[in-house]
Amino acid sequence: MTRVFVPRDSAARSVGADEVAAALAAAGFNIVRNGSRGLLFLEPLIEVETAQGRVAYGPVTAGDIPGLLPALKTGGAHRLCLGNIEEHPYLKNQERLTFARCGITDPVSVADYVKHGGFAGLRKALAMPGAAIVAEVTESGLRGRGGAGFPTGLKWKTVHDAAADQKYICCNADEGDSGTFADRMVMEGDPFMLVEGMTIAAIAVGATRGYVYIRSEYPDAIATMREAIDAATAARWLGTDIQGTDKSFRLEVRRGAAAYICGEETAMLESLEGKRGTVRPKPPIPALEGLFGKPTVINNVLSFSAVPFILAEGGAAYKNYGMGRSRGTLPFQLAGNIRQGGLVEKAFGVTLRQLVEDFGGGTFTGRPVRAIQVGGPLGAYLPAGQMDLAMDYETFAAAGAMVGHGGIVVFDDSVDMARQARFAMEFCALESCGKCTPCRIGSTRGVEVIDRIIAGESREANLELLSDLCQTMTDGSLCAMGGLTPMPVMSAVRHFPEDFDKPSRLAAE
Amino acid sequence: MFTVRQCHELDMSGKHTLIDKSPREATAAREIALRYGNQPDALLEILHDLQHELGCIPEAALPALAKALNRSRAEIHGVVTFYHDFRHEAAGRHVIRLCRAEACQSMKANELIAMVERFLQVRLGQTTADGAITIQEVFCLGNCALAPAVMVDDRVVGRVDAARMEKIIAECRS
Repeated sequence: MTRVFVPRDSAARSVGADEVAAALAAAGFNIVRNGSRGLLFLEPLIEVETAQGRVAYGPVTAGDIPGLLPALKTGGAHRLCLGNIEEHPYLKNQERLTFARCGITDPVSVADYVKHGGFAGLRKALAMPGAAIVAEVTESGLRGRGGAGFPTGLKWKTVHDAAADQKYICCNADEGDSGTFADRMVMEGDPFMLVEGMTIAAIAVGATRGYVYIRSEYPDAIATMREAIDAATAARWLGTDIQGTDKSFRLEVRRGAAAYICGEETAMLESLEGKRGTVRPKPPIPALEGLFGKPTVINNVLSFSAVPFILAEGGAAYKNYGMGRSRGTLPFQLAGNIRQGGLVEKAFGVTLRQLVEDFGGGTFTGRPVRAIQVGGPLGAYLPAGQMDLAMDYETFAAAGAMVGHGGIVVFDDSVDMARQARFAMEFCALESCGKCTPCRIGSTRGVEVIDRIIAGESREANLELLSDLCQTMTDGSLCAMGGLTPMPVMSAVRHFPEDFDKPSRLAAE
Repeated sequence: MFTVRQCHELDMSGKHTLIDKSPREATAAREIALRYGNQPDALLEILHDLQHELGCIPEAALPALAKALNRSRAEIHGVVTFYHDFRHEAAGRHVIRLCRAEACQSMKANELIAMVERFLQVRLGQTTADGAITIQEVFCLGNCALAPAVMVDDRVVGRVDAARMEKIIAECRS
């Protein structure tokens, strides 16, 4: 019977993929639960294997299935038919290095993974000295995809050069930034890629144990990663004597417990040690004194996931993509009030306008774009007029913004930016670990000051106070939580001052 | 029959009795901790499992947990109260978590939440009078392209509008 692919990705499931799969199974189709292609606005997007490639239909509901059956048998025409999915402009215009396989394979089949080029990087790494692996990653120019953009090769070299009886590899999969879901899609759609990247890191630096710290809000990712780790271990790509070599790496999944701060690397280490997720002062850096005080590589899911390509194709091949000091590609995530939300992997240098307008198709509501928050809750709000900014770490930093983890949240003209600024402070107050004063107290005071500005009380004086408070938080906080909360707040004040002046404008009218 | 005090003394002396007279909560805590080799770094995993079994993290479980993991009660208490996931009292039969993060806000999540609160006559963090539904806030479910999103127990639902929400609530109550 014809094979039909129905994603098991939780975004696809959130709009009825399970019901569609059940209806198709009842009709006698051979169902493969693949990852998502990332065209989330078309989910549930199902694909039929034909001689001409995989023909897609979407968005499909369970109710559409009876009418779809004749078309599905041959990959024939139907109003929901999208044609050969590989030819879809949303997919065709991307540069997929990390997400090359996601959506194509059965995420938990080792055989499928290997058939589609999987473990080629690890196979190479197994025959290389650690220093050579580190050099290859350094050559690629890869920078930390969690948001900070620290050179991955340099981090690995520090751990490689440290002498210790035990070293660790920790994957930060506490993807808490609103507007981001690329980590989740990797873990649910191509988990062996993460396993492979982490194993390469382990071999490179001489670590034998690793953890994937996944947020509890991602139960599907947790289940799929666990399944993948078991399958990889059974196939000897993990565990002791990997593929008959003397290399060993034991990998475990650990669940978070709903604390945004645990996405901060030192808070994550505390959490992995079974403690409150409070931030550790640096130095010492985790590369030297990390988990249980041992040298530890901590990288984001996307950083580890870029590594198999770099090893398989060479650092230079990865470096060929990108602009300036931002090399390679970034899986951008189009979210919020957007017509065609989803995952778009492009080389650095693509503009915000290309992402939001060409790929995203503007707002979901059809109203004008007013503000775009890039880089999660700690990222700046940009006005529609700045959409020609190129996505590049340095370009964004120069504009007082940040690329972060590549999340792009679009707001239409109904947004009240004073409310968004207030929320940034409220979120910081809720999620602060409480260790340092500027963040713990500053965020609460920030909410109060913005409330007074919204109410029109001594507006000028309170705006100055807010600016002062933000400076204190930026300079005095222990980590990026308190240090960057001022970014969304002050960018909103700077770019949308009219929203902080409503009472006087109302009075004038 | 032992008195409570005798039980306590026996417990403290580490002597084994044939009949486990400790509270159910303590027994569960000990069993789950043992499953993780009594490793203190596995505390979050242990707490997740304990909450799954008991519906919450009851005070009565903490001393047993502290003893099993060789940590102080204060440390365990500190961890339980730090993380938003862990609750002191059992939730309703179903938990609906409504995303309040920016991407969902851009798709009117705040209005959705206000509507749910009015409809169920409870605020975020509370349980309906019939014990069927607890509503909670959550910050991001990773379904930001299909906002607004909610999570019903362990299942994410996207593009939630009034009609879809009413259906979810009806299912929770059935």
